[in-house]
Amino acid sequence: MSRKPYERPVSKTTWYMRNGRYRKYMLREVTCLLVGFYSFFAICALAILAEGSPEAWTSFLESQQNGFWITVHALALVYYLVYMTFDWFKLAPKAMPLQLGEQKLADGYIIVAHYVAWIVVTAIIFWLAKVF
Amino acid sequence: MNTRELEIEVLRYDPEQDSEPHFQSYRVECHEDWAILDALNFIKEELDTTLAYRWSCHMMVCGSCGMMVNGEPVLTCKTFVRDLPDKVRIEPLENFPIERDLVVVLDDVMEKFQRAKPYIVRKDPPPEGKEYVQPRSALYKFKQYTMCVNCMCCYAACPQYALDKDFIGPAVLALAHRYNIDSRDQGKSERLDILADHDGVWNCSFVGACSEVCPKSVDPAAALQQMKLDGAKEFWLQKLPGGKS
Repeated sequence: MSRKPYERPVSKTTWYMRNGRYRKYMLREVTCLLVGFYSFFAICALAILAEGSPEAWTSFLESQQNGFWITVHALALVYYLVYMTFDWFKLAPKAMPLQLGEQKLADGYIIVAHYVAWIVVTAIIFWLAKVF
Repeated sequence: MNTRELEIEVLRYDPEQDSEPHFQSYRVECHEDWAILDALNFIKEELDTTLAYRWSCHMMVCGSCGMMVNGEPVLTCKTFVRDLPDKVRIEPLENFPIERDLVVVLDDVMEKFQRAKPYIVRKDPPPEGKEYVQPRSALYKFKQYTMCVNCMCCYAACPQYALDKDFIGPAVLALAHRYNIDSRDQGKSERLDILADHDGVWNCSFVGACSEVCPKSVDPAAALQQMKLDGAKEFWLQKLPGGKS
């Protein structure tokens, strides 16, 4: 008897539609587009700042202060928090488990430590930016 | 004893007759306390002796009864009729070629297991006449990874392996990690090709499906992320003045 194993085809373009787990993963990975957009946005802002003209900078800031841009930034922030930050912080204990003697430190401590570090870093950035 | 009739659709493939697999439906009066493996055994014994599938222990130890049940990779001995709807679809583990019916070809992962050197590698000889002493705290670092029964459900769940068969994959990498972090082992450098190669841990994009489906809670995704951190740390330590090359 000769063997004739059957290879099931896998779609390279629609594989992530196979189940909810993959779809959720893709929703997380799509945040790379936001990272790309905000990198570009930050470069544009820096370029305007580098012009050295206070008027240009003020007009750039004013261009952001309307309903459209505030909505875009708010939605981007919410999407990023839900599909990137929360997800990654939840997964952090997998990548960096801590063992104290014979006991593994509960995941909750590692997750909370990440949130605390995030708040501290955010506060420092806000302080440097003179937000408060 | 409560019974319930299930319509069980099984993917059949006879390499001598079929050009591609097809579903065959069976109506089985199942006891509520049956595992779906019991239903397969009933089909094999009472309805259709030609059905081919693997199983051995019926107690989550041998790892041979991994199959797709309603699209999820599971051990069929651990998946109970009472938790399933009236219509159940059983397919061979995804991402592997089908040998016959529910039996898949595992040659690829078997070869990868060998590459991982899944045994303790020693450079120094053991103390004369003595065993390698290991404190319990060192055992607990890797004990979870020793629970793997090689059922390959993680490979069936991994989209990265589905798209790229060169990827070493979750169970093998988790096993390599298990030996790398074993305090008695000195073979980490010999497993570097598994760890650092493109087909190794860096091909994992952390979908995390492997850990979600693992019937033994081994958490291969955790092992892979730890290996990435470890690899990155070693890379940068080498860059430091006086770092070993």
